[in-house]
Amino acid sequence: MPNTIHIPTPLRPFTDKKESVEVSGATVGELLKDLTTRHDGLKKHLYTDEGRLRNFVNVYLNDEDIRYLQKEQTPVKPGDQLSIVPSVAGGAVSPKPRAKAEGAR
Amino acid sequence: MALTLQNGVAEAIRAHGVETYPNECCGALYGKDGVVTATYALPNTTEEGPRRRFLVRPQDYREAEKRASAMGADLLGFYHSHPDHPARPSQYDLDHAWPFFSYVIVSVKSGVPEDMTSWRLQEDRSAFDQENLTHA
Repeated sequence: MPNTIHIPTPLRPFTDKKESVEVSGATVGELLKDLTTRHDGLKKHLYTDEGRLRNFVNVYLNDEDIRYLQKEQTPVKPGDQLSIVPSVAGGAVSPKPRAKAEGAR
Repeated sequence: MALTLQNGVAEAIRAHGVETYPNECCGALYGKDGVVTATYALPNTTEEGPRRRFLVRPQDYREAEKRASAMGADLLGFYHSHPDHPARPSQYDLDHAWPFFSYVIVSVKSGVPEDMTSWRLQEDRSAFDQENLTHA
Protein backbone atom coordinates (compact mmCIF):
# COMPACT_ATOMS: atom_id res chain seq x y z
CA MET A 1 0.00 0.00 0.00
CA PRO A 2 1.59 3.27 -1.06
CA ASN A 3 1.79 6.39 1.07
CA THR A 4 0.12 9.63 0.16
CA ILE A 5 1.26 13.22 0.65
CA HIS A 6 -1.31 16.00 0.90
CA ILE A 7 -0.15 18.95 -1.20
CA PRO A 8 -1.10 22.52 -0.17
CA THR A 9 -2.65 24.91 -2.69
CA PRO A 10 0.51 26.85 -3.67
CA LEU A 11 2.41 23.66 -4.54
CA ARG A 12 -0.31 22.03 -6.61
CA PRO A 13 0.81 23.61 -9.87
CA PHE A 14 3.87 21.36 -9.50
CA THR A 15 1.74 18.21 -9.04
CA ASP A 16 -0.61 18.64 -12.00
CA LYS A 17 -3.09 20.30 -9.60
CA LYS A 18 -3.42 17.12 -7.57
CA GLU A 19 -4.31 17.56 -3.90
CA SER A 20 -2.52 14.37 -2.96
CA VAL A 21 0.26 12.37 -4.51
CA GLU A 22 1.27 8.75 -4.01
CA VAL A 23 4.85 8.18 -2.97
CA SER A 24 6.95 5.41 -1.54
CA GLY A 25 9.75 5.14 0.99
CA ALA A 26 10.60 3.91 4.46
CA THR A 27 10.97 7.26 6.23
CA VAL A 28 9.40 10.72 6.05
CA GLY A 29 12.57 11.98 4.36
CA GLU A 30 12.38 9.26 1.73
CA LEU A 31 8.75 10.05 0.96
CA LEU A 32 9.62 13.73 0.54
CA LYS A 33 12.58 12.82 -1.65
CA ASP A 34 10.34 10.65 -3.81
CA LEU A 35 7.90 13.56 -4.10
CA THR A 36 10.56 16.08 -5.15
CA THR A 37 12.07 13.60 -7.60
CA ARG A 38 8.71 12.97 -9.27
CA HIS A 39 7.64 16.60 -9.35
CA ASP A 40 10.23 18.97 -10.66
CA GLY A 41 10.33 22.43 -9.13
CA LEU A 42 9.06 21.48 -5.67
CA LYS A 43 12.43 21.02 -4.01
CA LYS A 44 13.48 24.66 -3.80
CA HIS A 45 10.22 25.61 -2.12
CA LEU A 46 10.53 22.87 0.51
CA TYR A 47 14.27 22.85 1.16
CA THR A 48 16.96 25.47 1.72
CA ASP A 49 20.07 25.50 -0.46
CA GLU A 50 21.75 23.59 2.38
CA GLY A 51 19.18 20.82 2.06
CA ARG A 52 17.22 21.50 5.25
CA LEU A 53 13.44 21.69 5.31
CA ARG A 54 12.48 25.38 5.33
CA ASN A 55 11.23 26.49 8.73
CA PHE A 56 7.84 27.62 7.38
CA VAL A 57 7.26 24.20 5.84
CA ASN A 58 5.40 22.01 8.31
CA VAL A 59 5.19 18.28 7.72
CA TYR A 60 2.68 16.13 9.54
CA LEU A 61 2.64 12.35 9.68
CA ASN A 62 -0.96 11.32 10.31
CA ASP A 63 -1.56 14.74 11.94
CA GLU A 64 1.56 14.65 14.12
CA ASP A 65 4.20 17.30 13.48
CA ILE A 66 7.38 15.45 12.48
CA ARG A 67 9.41 17.93 14.59
CA TYR A 68 8.00 16.09 17.61
CA LEU A 69 8.72 12.67 16.12
CA GLN A 70 12.07 11.80 14.56
CA LYS A 71 11.85 14.56 11.95
CA GLU A 72 12.80 13.30 8.51
CA GLN A 73 14.17 10.08 9.97
CA THR A 74 10.68 9.16 11.25
CA PRO A 75 9.83 5.69 9.93
CA VAL A 76 6.58 5.30 8.01
CA LYS A 77 4.23 2.36 7.69
CA PRO A 78 2.27 1.42 4.58
CA GLY A 79 -0.82 3.60 4.38
CA ASP A 80 0.57 6.38 6.58
CA GLN A 81 -0.35 9.82 5.32
CA LEU A 82 1.90 12.84 5.14
CA SER A 83 0.71 16.45 4.90
CA ILE A 84 2.69 19.51 3.92
CA VAL A 85 1.12 22.51 5.64
CA PRO A 86 2.44 26.04 5.14
CA SER A 87 3.04 28.61 7.79
CA VAL A 88 2.48 31.97 6.15
CA ALA A 89 4.74 34.68 7.49
CA GLY A 90 6.02 38.09 6.59
CA GLY A 91 6.44 41.54 7.87
CA ALA A 92 7.42 45.09 7.16
CA VAL A 93 11.04 44.96 8.17
CA SER A 94 13.83 42.62 7.19
CA PRO A 95 15.26 41.02 10.29
CA LYS A 96 19.03 41.33 10.07
CA PRO A 97 19.71 45.05 9.50
CA ARG A 98 16.87 45.92 11.86
CA ALA A 99 18.15 43.60 14.56
CA LYS A 100 21.53 45.32 14.43
CA ALA A 101 19.91 48.75 14.59
CA GLU A 102 17.80 47.74 17.56
CA GLY A 103 20.76 46.22 19.32
CA ALA A 104 22.54 49.55 19.03
CA ARG A 105 19.76 51.46 20.77
CA MET B 1 -0.05 39.09 -14.10
CA ALA B 2 -2.98 40.86 -12.54
CA LEU B 3 -5.16 40.51 -9.50
CA THR B 4 -8.65 41.94 -9.45
CA LEU B 5 -10.31 42.89 -6.18
CA GLN B 6 -14.06 42.73 -6.34
CA ASN B 7 -16.10 45.51 -4.82
CA GLY B 8 -15.63 45.63 -1.05
CA VAL B 9 -12.43 43.56 -0.89
CA ALA B 10 -9.94 46.45 -0.81
CA GLU B 11 -12.13 48.22 1.74
CA ALA B 12 -12.14 45.13 3.98
CA ILE B 13 -8.33 44.82 3.82
CA ARG B 14 -7.85 48.52 4.59
CA ALA B 15 -10.33 48.37 7.46
CA HIS B 16 -8.50 45.38 8.95
CA GLY B 17 -5.17 47.23 8.68
CA VAL B 18 -6.65 50.22 10.48
CA GLU B 19 -8.24 48.02 13.15
CA THR B 20 -4.97 46.30 14.09
CA TYR B 21 -2.71 49.38 13.70
CA PRO B 22 0.02 49.78 14.96
CA ASN B 23 0.23 46.01 14.60
CA GLU B 24 0.21 44.08 11.35
CA CYS B 25 -2.98 42.41 10.22
CA CYS B 26 -3.24 39.33 8.01
CA GLY B 27 -5.92 37.41 6.23
CA ALA B 28 -6.75 35.02 3.40
CA LEU B 29 -7.84 35.93 -0.14
CA TYR B 30 -10.51 33.81 -1.83
CA GLY B 31 -11.80 33.76 -5.37
CA LYS B 32 -11.25 32.26 -8.79
CA ASP B 33 -9.05 32.94 -11.78
CA GLY B 34 -7.30 35.99 -10.37
CA VAL B 35 -10.44 37.64 -9.04
CA VAL B 36 -10.67 38.04 -5.26
CA THR B 37 -14.27 37.86 -4.16
CA ALA B 38 -13.86 37.45 -0.40
CA THR B 39 -11.35 37.87 2.40
CA TYR B 40 -11.13 36.26 5.79
CA ALA B 41 -9.32 37.94 8.65
CA LEU B 42 -6.87 35.69 10.46
CA PRO B 43 -5.22 36.07 13.86
CA ASN B 44 -1.67 37.38 13.77
CA THR B 45 0.04 34.81 15.98
CA THR B 46 3.63 35.98 15.63
CA GLU B 47 5.74 35.92 18.76
CA GLU B 48 8.35 38.20 17.22
CA GLY B 49 6.43 41.46 17.67
CA PRO B 50 3.25 42.07 15.68
CA ARG B 51 4.27 45.64 14.80
CA ARG B 52 6.58 44.30 12.14
CA ARG B 53 5.70 40.64 11.68
CA PHE B 54 2.75 38.42 10.95
CA LEU B 55 2.36 34.68 11.19
CA VAL B 56 -0.45 32.42 10.07
CA ARG B 57 -0.01 29.17 11.98
CA PRO B 58 -0.35 25.83 10.18
CA GLN B 59 -3.65 25.07 11.92
CA ASP B 60 -5.07 28.41 10.75
CA TYR B 61 -3.70 27.75 7.26
CA ARG B 62 -5.51 24.39 7.21
CA GLU B 63 -8.74 26.11 8.19
CA ALA B 64 -8.16 28.67 5.44
CA GLU B 65 -7.90 25.87 2.85
CA LYS B 66 -10.99 24.11 4.22
CA ARG B 67 -12.90 27.38 4.03
CA ALA B 68 -11.96 27.68 0.36
CA SER B 69 -13.37 24.23 -0.37
CA ALA B 70 -16.55 25.02 1.56
CA MET B 71 -16.97 28.22 -0.44
CA GLY B 72 -16.28 26.52 -3.75
CA ALA B 73 -13.46 29.01 -4.23
CA ASP B 74 -9.68 28.87 -4.44
CA LEU B 75 -7.28 30.17 -1.83
CA LEU B 76 -5.57 32.81 -3.95
CA GLY B 77 -3.14 34.18 -1.38
CA PHE B 78 -2.85 36.32 1.70
CA TYR B 79 -2.87 39.97 2.64
CA HIS B 80 -1.05 41.79 5.39
CA SER B 81 -0.39 45.34 6.46
CA HIS B 82 2.85 47.26 6.82
CA PRO B 83 2.22 49.75 9.62
CA ASP B 84 4.24 52.94 8.95
CA HIS B 85 6.18 51.22 6.19
CA PRO B 86 5.73 51.26 2.42
CA ALA B 87 3.57 48.67 0.67
CA ARG B 88 6.61 46.87 -0.65
CA PRO B 89 7.70 43.36 0.31
CA SER B 90 10.64 42.99 2.68
CA GLN B 91 13.41 40.42 2.49
CA TYR B 92 11.55 38.66 5.30
CA ASP B 93 8.42 38.52 3.13
CA LEU B 94 10.52 37.08 0.31
CA ASP B 95 12.21 34.48 2.50
CA HIS B 96 8.83 33.18 3.66
CA ALA B 97 6.81 33.40 0.45
CA TRP B 98 5.02 30.54 -1.25
CA PRO B 99 4.84 30.26 -5.04
CA PHE B 100 1.70 31.11 -7.01
CA PHE B 101 0.08 32.93 -4.11
CA SER B 102 -0.76 36.61 -4.39
CA TYR B 103 0.58 38.68 -1.50
CA VAL B 104 -1.40 41.86 -1.05
CA ILE B 105 0.25 44.50 1.15
CA VAL B 106 -1.45 47.62 2.45
CA SER B 107 0.59 50.43 3.96
CA VAL B 108 -1.00 52.03 7.03
CA LYS B 109 0.61 55.32 8.01
CA SER B 110 -0.26 56.82 11.39
CA GLY B 111 -3.42 54.73 11.38
CA VAL B 112 -4.51 55.79 7.89
CA PRO B 113 -4.47 53.26 5.03
CA GLU B 114 -2.46 54.35 1.99
CA ASP B 115 -0.98 52.36 -0.90
CA MET B 116 -2.07 48.82 -1.66
CA THR B 117 0.06 46.54 -3.84
CA SER B 118 0.15 42.87 -4.82
CA TRP B 119 3.14 40.60 -5.36
CA ARG B 120 4.02 37.13 -6.56
CA LEU B 121 7.14 35.13 -5.86
CA GLN B 122 9.37 34.51 -8.86
CA GLU B 123 9.91 30.89 -9.83
CA ASP B 124 13.52 30.86 -8.57
CA ARG B 125 12.56 32.55 -5.25
CA SER B 126 15.00 35.39 -5.97
CA ALA B 127 12.47 38.24 -5.93
CA PHE B 128 8.82 39.22 -6.15
CA ASP B 129 7.07 40.46 -9.27
CA GLN B 130 4.52 43.18 -8.72
CA GLU B 131 1.05 42.33 -9.97
CA ASN B 132 -1.22 44.82 -11.56
CA LEU B 133 -3.98 45.41 -9.01
CA THR B 134 -7.35 46.25 -10.48
CA HIS B 135 -10.74 46.85 -8.93
CA ALA B 136 -14.09 45.59 -10.14
